Amino acid sequence: MSVGMETQTQPYRLGEYHSFSAAGTEFLYLVPSGSIFAVEGIAKLVIELLGSGEMSREALVAKLVELGCSREEVENTLQELTEVDALQCDLQEKEPLAVPVQEFPLQRIVLNTTNQCNLACTYCYEYSEDKIAQSAGKEKFMSKEIAEASVEMLIRESAHRPNLHVTFFGGETLLNFSVMRSTVEYAKRRGAEQGKKVEFSLTTNGTLLTEEIVDFLSEHRIGVTVSMDGDKELNDRQRVFHDGKGSYDVLVPKVKQLLKRHRTNSIGARVTLTAGVSDVRRIYRHLTEEVGFQAVGFAPATASPQRLYHIGGQKMDSILDQFSELAAEYRDYALQNRQHGFTNASDTLKELHTGISKAYACGAGLGMLGVGTEGNIGLCHRFVDSPIGKMGSIKEGGINKTVRREFLNTHHIGARYDCHTCWARPVCAGGCYHEAYINQGNTSAANLHHCDWIRGWNDVCLKVYGEIAIQNPEFLNRFAEN
Amino acid sequence: MRKDNIEMASLRAINRKAKQVEEIAKAERGDLLALQNGPSANAPGKVYHPMGCTLNFTPGWEVDISGGTAGLCQPVERDLFDCYLGCGWPGHVPDHLTNAPNWTDKCASAVNDWRNVDIVFP
Repeated sequence: MSVGMETQTQPYRLGEYHSFSAAGTEFLYLVPSGSIFAVEGIAKLVIELLGSGEMSREALVAKLVELGCSREEVENTLQELTEVDALQCDLQEKEPLAVPVQEFPLQRIVLNTTNQCNLACTYCYEYSEDKIAQSAGKEKFMSKEIAEASVEMLIRESAHRPNLHVTFFGGETLLNFSVMRSTVEYAKRRGAEQGKKVEFSLTTNGTLLTEEIVDFLSEHRIGVTVSMDGDKELNDRQRVFHDGKGSYDVLVPKVKQLLKRHRTNSIGARVTLTAGVSDVRRIYRHLTEEVGFQAVGFAPATASPQRLYHIGGQKMDSILDQFSELAAEYRDYALQNRQHGFTNASDTLKELHTGISKAYACGAGLGMLGVGTEGNIGLCHRFVDSPIGKMGSIKEGGINKTVRREFLNTHHIGARYDCHTCWARPVCAGGCYHEAYINQGNTSAANLHHCDWIRGWNDVCLKVYGEIAIQNPEFLNRFAEN
Repeated sequence: MRKDNIEMASLRAINRKAKQVEEIAKAERGDLLALQNGPSANAPGKVYHPMGCTLNFTPGWEVDISGGTAGLCQPVERDLFDCYLGCGWPGHVPDHLTNAPNWTDKCASAVNDWRNVDIVFP
């Protein structure tokens, strides 16, 4: 490759990246590719020199030679940096790839098998003051027919995908266990006939688990997520029965039985953080050590700022600090080849290891859709039976492809302008549509109230990733795609 | 100029995406090999560009990537309809989609009716 006169005088500048150091090594997290490189030698100098502004190639090379680097090494380094887009010059400016989504076979459906619940958790997005679902007047329970028609839609719309997934959701899902049971059997049979493997998961509050249900879950290898917020004091602040009585005492013996008898798939706890329930460390310890969960994930309640349980800025800062501590613990475990149950860390690390660069914040409307009790199709389980994000109906010809295409066009990362200068966008892509609707008034808005937090958390995870990558790279093989 | 398959010296790929980026960067250095030559043990990891009509969207090439003409679009006299109806490189033939929808109306068979296909002026 010969370098012409024009190239010599073109200004060189740094590409888009986030730098971090871990285990004594400097790293670049390149945006938007999501690739992570360790930086050594001359590349470090280049980044330092260009850190204070752009330079022509000629001046840059001259400066590096003056600093004692050989011209050949400098040329090689500049080529490397340019090839991975860590370095840019106008001549190489590329149009960002905006690939319109044409084919999006379905992979997962979430069946809201009931809109009823035996609990009355204050923050519930299905019932709280911020609710968007209009379940009043609708069927309380999904019929066997709607569930089976939903499975047929999944198979029909899955195109070439060999592995499909059905998630059972509520209300409280187990209030409609009979339909869940018949649907699992139906989906397995139909999947086998069509050469598809169908897997299942269940989200439940755990209070209605019985030995029979647990054995069924185990037999069919159904992954289980139990919504639970920590020890008795914390859990019972929000997670109460309709009479106001806490659910902890009913729940815990059942969960322990579940953990003991169901060994064929993962069982995780999902904690909803609120203003009064934000002691992440205490909750994590309790759920892993006292209750026995192997995996615990946390997320703040989706709530508009005026709600009492809404978590504000300062609380979120404290949550980030606590997340960092648990992530450091995760790293220590990883360095000893031990599994740690903090799924917020393992999920993010997996995405960083893959080098994910999301066009959409999540799979809603893309490979995943929710179905309500009467067969209304929603963007995801949170939008089911809401006029917002309605994507058709099982009873009326299935997915409304026009609406879905329109949704995908307006929610692409390219359309979330606020995200365009953010280095965390490969992983975040603007965040949850429901969260955005409640807090920003629009599903297509970026979740600007969480930006600093997300960048902070990604920085924490990148450093943990870097340390594991240097000190125990073998561990990262666990994140290999299944 | 650096040698083709030399490892990166200043950057070390850490995550899976970085390894993919590095692989592509390495493969794109030096000569491009045509698909028709087949993968070769002498040049592992090289990018093989498929040759043939419309697989390379690079209008304006007078020669293909092997330096010859065999990999260019089929000459129009040999495959008129494929160029006219389906080609993504319409600059060399009137295009059916927008500018010349009626160009071959009187040409049911190119072998017999080619005289009816007239010159088109933009």
